[in-house]
Amino acid sequence: MSVNWSKYSAPMAFYPLAGRLIPWFACVAVVLMGVGLYMGFFVAPTDFQQGEAYRIIFVHVPAAWMSMFLYVVMAVWAGIGLGLNARLSFMMAQAIAPTGAMFTFLALLTGAMWGKPTWGAWWVWDARLTSELILLFQYAGVMLLRTSIDDLRRADRSSAVFALVGVVNVPIIYFSVQWWNTLHQGASVSMSTGSKMAATMLTAMLLMTLAFWLYSVAVILSRVRCIVIERESLPVWEGEPTVVQKVAEVR
Amino acid sequence: MSRSSMWEAVGGIVRRDLLLAMRRRSDAAMSVFFLVIVVSLFPLGVGPEPAVLRTIGPGVLWVAALLACLLSLARVFTADYVDGTLEQMVLVPQPLAVLVVGKVFAHWVISGLPIVLLSPLLGLQFGLSGESLGVLVMSLLLGTPTLSMIGTIGAALVLGVRGSGLLVALLVLPLYVPVLIFGAGAVTGSMAGIGAEANLSLLGACLVLSLFLAPWATAAALRIALE
Repeated sequence: MSVNWSKYSAPMAFYPLAGRLIPWFACVAVVLMGVGLYMGFFVAPTDFQQGEAYRIIFVHVPAAWMSMFLYVVMAVWAGIGLGLNARLSFMMAQAIAPTGAMFTFLALLTGAMWGKPTWGAWWVWDARLTSELILLFQYAGVMLLRTSIDDLRRADRSSAVFALVGVVNVPIIYFSVQWWNTLHQGASVSMSTGSKMAATMLTAMLLMTLAFWLYSVAVILSRVRCIVIERESLPVWEGEPTVVQKVAEVR
Repeated sequence: MSRSSMWEAVGGIVRRDLLLAMRRRSDAAMSVFFLVIVVSLFPLGVGPEPAVLRTIGPGVLWVAALLACLLSLARVFTADYVDGTLEQMVLVPQPLAVLVVGKVFAHWVISGLPIVLLSPLLGLQFGLSGESLGVLVMSLLLGTPTLSMIGTIGAALVLGVRGSGLLVALLVLPLYVPVLIFGAGAVTGSMAGIGAEANLSLLGACLVLSLFLAPWATAAALRIALE
C-alpha cells in the first residue's frame, strides 16, 4: 500500500490525521509511564550512596534528555520551514517550543529537588545545570520573539532563524560552561562518577524516556491541531472537529 | 561580481556609518558613559575591599561591556530601516551578508573599540595589575567584535517589532554566555597564574566562527524583516 505522504504537509489534511494519531500516542505514553514509574519506585534497588533520593532521576534524566532533543527537533522543523516554505513545519516548530520549555523547567526543578538532599544545596553552578538554564532562556527567547511579532509569516520565519542560531550556540555554551566550571571548582560532587547503574534502573529510565517522548508527540500534535484551527479560521466552534474533517474531505 | 566592487561597497558602508556617528557623537558617548557608571556602581554595592574587587573585577568589567554593547545594538539598523536605506541595501547587487559585515565593523568601531581603549583605566579601579590589564584589553579586543556579530542578528530579528529594546536583550544575552565565560576567564586565569592563552584562543575561535556564520543569519533576518 503506498501512501501519498506529501498530502499531509497541508494543514487541512494533517488535522484529521493528527486527530487519529493522538489517542494511540497518549495511551502508550500513559502505559509506559505507569510501568516506568512502578519499576523506578518499587523494583529498582536502593542506591547505596544516595539512598532513596536518587529515584528522582527517573523523571529528571528523561526530562533533561527530552528538553535538548526537542530543541533540536524544533530547529529542524524551523529549518525545513525556512527551506521549503511549508506552513505546517512552522506550526510544528511553534507547537514544540512550550513542551520543550516545560521539560527544561521540569529537569531544573527535579534537579533542585535532588540536589538539596544530595549536595545540600538547591542550586549549584554545575555545568549541566547552567547550560540547562540557558536552554530555558533560549526556549523563552523563541516563544517571546514569536509572540511579539504580529505578522504571522514574519513571526514564523524570525523565530525559525533564532531557533537555528540557538542550535549552533547550545553546544558551544555547554562546553564553555563545562570548562568554566572545571576552572573554578576543584573537587566537588560530580554526577558522572559514582555508580554503575543496575539493569532495572536503566530499564526504568529508558521506559520513562520513551513515555516522555510519546507524551511529547501526543501533546505537540494536539497543539498543532489548535494552531491549525486558529490560523486557518476553521469553523469548529459550531461543533465537534468532525466539521473540520468534513471540510478537509471536501477540499 | 568583481571583488573590488564588493570591497568598495563595504568600505562605503563603513565610511557612511562612521560619518553618521561622528555627526552624532553623543550617541556613541552614551554607551561608554553607561559602561563607566555601571562599573563604578559595583564597588559602592559590594564594598571597597581591594581583595574582593580584584576577584570580581574581570567579571564586572565583562558584564558591563556586554550590557554597553547591547544598548547600542538598537542603533545598528533602526535609522536605516525607518528612512528606507535598508531596502536599498537589500537591492544592491553585492551580497547582503557582505554589507552586513561592514555594518558590524562600523558598530564595533563606534561602540566596541572605545570600551577596549577605556578598559585599562577601569581595570585599575578594580586593582588589576600590569599583566592582567594587558590580558583584559586583549580579551576585549577579541571578544567585543563577536558581541557585535551576535548582537546584530538579534537587532535584525527585532527590527520594527514592538518592545524591541527589551526583546533584543532577552534574545542576545543567552547567546553571549560563551564570550563572557572565555573573556572573563582569560583575565581570571592570568591573575591566578594559569595563563590566558587557552581562553584567548577560544575567544579567537568564537570570533572566527561568528564572522563566518553571523552575517548570513543577520542577512536572512533582515530579508524577513523587510518582506
